[in-house]
Amino acid sequence: MTPAERPLSPHLQIYKPQLTSVLSITHRGTGLALSAGTICLVWWLSGAAWSDQCFAWAQAFWGSWLGLILLLGWTFSLFFHLLNGVRHLLWDWGLGYDLKSAYRTGWTVVAFSLLLTAATFGGGFFAWSHM
Amino acid sequence: MSGAAIRHWRAQRITALVLVPLSLWFVNAVVSHLGQSRGQIQDWLSQPLPTLLMTALVLAVFYHLVLGVRVVIEDYVSDPARRARAIRWTYFAGLALTAISLAAIATLGLGL
Repeated sequence: MTPAERPLSPHLQIYKPQLTSVLSITHRGTGLALSAGTICLVWWLSGAAWSDQCFAWAQAFWGSWLGLILLLGWTFSLFFHLLNGVRHLLWDWGLGYDLKSAYRTGWTVVAFSLLLTAATFGGGFFAWSHM
Repeated sequence: MSGAAIRHWRAQRITALVLVPLSLWFVNAVVSHLGQSRGQIQDWLSQPLPTLLMTALVLAVFYHLVLGVRVVIEDYVSDPARRARAIRWTYFAGLALTAISLAAIATLGLGL
């Protein structure tokens, strides 16, 4: 018996990107980025605990352009994952599950992630320049 | 089987809730200690409250991390043997990084 010609389920290339799906994949992406970032947290803690050399190296790295770009990415990732995580917790609670609310909370998450990232970097540069 | 899935689901949400205040504390702490010397960081992390919060942060972060990465692996690695290996490595890495972090925090907290 030959299998029936069943229609294939629509695939990623067919879907038009929508806020809901983009934010969903971004939640995963930022989670993975933050996971990678924990290695730097361990590096920094280890340096502070055990080694002048290791700490100085970490300190110099964070001040470099590459370090700052990574910090910017991780700061945004943290705020996004945190805020979108709260959105998930509200869904678990049964709140905001309709499409209209999903879009409204989605854009709120995007706006506040950007705002908090900017505020953190603003505060950081201010603290740095007043040392 | 369902027991393990429910435990995973619940642990992911509990660690998420705990991480909301802890990660905000962490971001603020990093910004306010920017550019400080190793001695200053040691002074700060030898106090009881920062030691406690940093310990809680590390435990919650790595627990939340392995739960989350596990789900991503389960979704994208279809070969059962490779999937099991990837999950084992994730747990191993999570445990190792937790152990190193806790040892470092203990060293700082005791002012050694």
